Amino acid sequence: MIAARGLSKRYGTKRVFEGLDLDVPAGGFVLVTGPNGSGKTTLLRLVAGLAAPTAGELEVAADRGRIGFLAHEPLVYRELSALQNLDLYGRLYHVPERRERIGMLLERFGLWESRREPVASFSRGMQQRLALCRALLHGPDLLLLDEPFNALDGAGAALLDGELAALAGRTFLVATHDPVRLRPLATATLALA
Amino acid sequence: MTYLRDAAALARKDLLLELRGKETVPAMVLFVVAVFVAFRFALPQEQEQAAGGLLWVAIVLTALLGLVRAFVPEREQRVLDALVLAPCDRSAIWLGKALSVLAFLLVAEAAALPLFAAFFEPVDAATVGAVLLADVGLCAVGALLAAMAVAGRAREVLLPLLFLPLAVPVVIGGVGATVTDDPARYLGFLALYDAIFAILAWATFEYVVTE
Repeated sequence: MIAARGLSKRYGTKRVFEGLDLDVPAGGFVLVTGPNGSGKTTLLRLVAGLAAPTAGELEVAADRGRIGFLAHEPLVYRELSALQNLDLYGRLYHVPERRERIGMLLERFGLWESRREPVASFSRGMQQRLALCRALLHGPDLLLLDEPFNALDGAGAALLDGELAALAGRTFLVATHDPVRLRPLATATLALA
Repeated sequence: MTYLRDAAALARKDLLLELRGKETVPAMVLFVVAVFVAFRFALPQEQEQAAGGLLWVAIVLTALLGLVRAFVPEREQRVLDALVLAPCDRSAIWLGKALSVLAFLLVAEAAALPLFAAFFEPVDAATVGAVLLADVGLCAVGALLAAMAVAGRAREVLLPLLFLPLAVPVVIGGVGATVTDDPARYLGFLALYDAIFAILAWATFEYVVTE
């Protein structure tokens, strides 16, 4: 699903990583670990097509419409409600039976009661749940998750554990500081220095 | 049709944001009204011909005010990343933004043109036609430049520097259509400006929002 050879990324004179090789087969669950600034987020952005590598080759066998991307920020409009945000993304991703799918995700992630409230009024954990709804809305084949357990409380984290297990068979590239939690699902780990 | 539906969904989102925040349209209306009130007292009575130019400068600056805020919600939450990842044609993001800024500008002008007519001179059909054509061009090129500026550090300075030189032909065409007895030539010029810059913005937007 993802194949990278000699991948390098620099921002000006700052080297993020160099000569990186990566293979993620379809259905693989690869953890990306490393200290702050090692390039975990940058790698996910390269795979998503949001940034271009400085050198090397990168092939991703998934159209961008089949990628689910969870970033540090929830990537939603704070002034709109959860429902309005997901409706926008549902329209842009041409999700069939959009309203039912949105309702089901909001229920599952415990946001149904707050669906009409502006996201600005959400706690950080609720925003992370909404970001997960957004990333999963279109049933992606490739999931790029950057610190998915960020800001989630115990119940939210347990919910996400269940979701990830239920999505077995999809391809995952997950940047995390907490590899122990995801190790049972992982097929490989890439440690960035 | 899918392309237009995507653009409409994005424009609708901007209208919802404006309905919630009420940040852009009131500022545009207040600005253009304040300009006309100020110049009502600043312009000598015998300088009526200058009023045509004033109308066009006010329209360009009001459009600029809307454009400066156009990509603020996307910048603040990095939502542009999510929009760029969506499977729709990326130029639909440009079209949606141009349509929403156009809607905001039309609302401001609906308040401004009657005031202009009351303070300075009547607004004829040619002027209204020129304003509509100018709006399309200003929003088409402005939405592209606003997306370029939002990626930069000095974005508040960058947008006027990029936008105002490209708005000069609109002022020339607009003033021409307002003051001349034969406005068709100038209306044609504005339509040509719209077509050229809409095509340029449509074709280049993808390169503006991707690295």
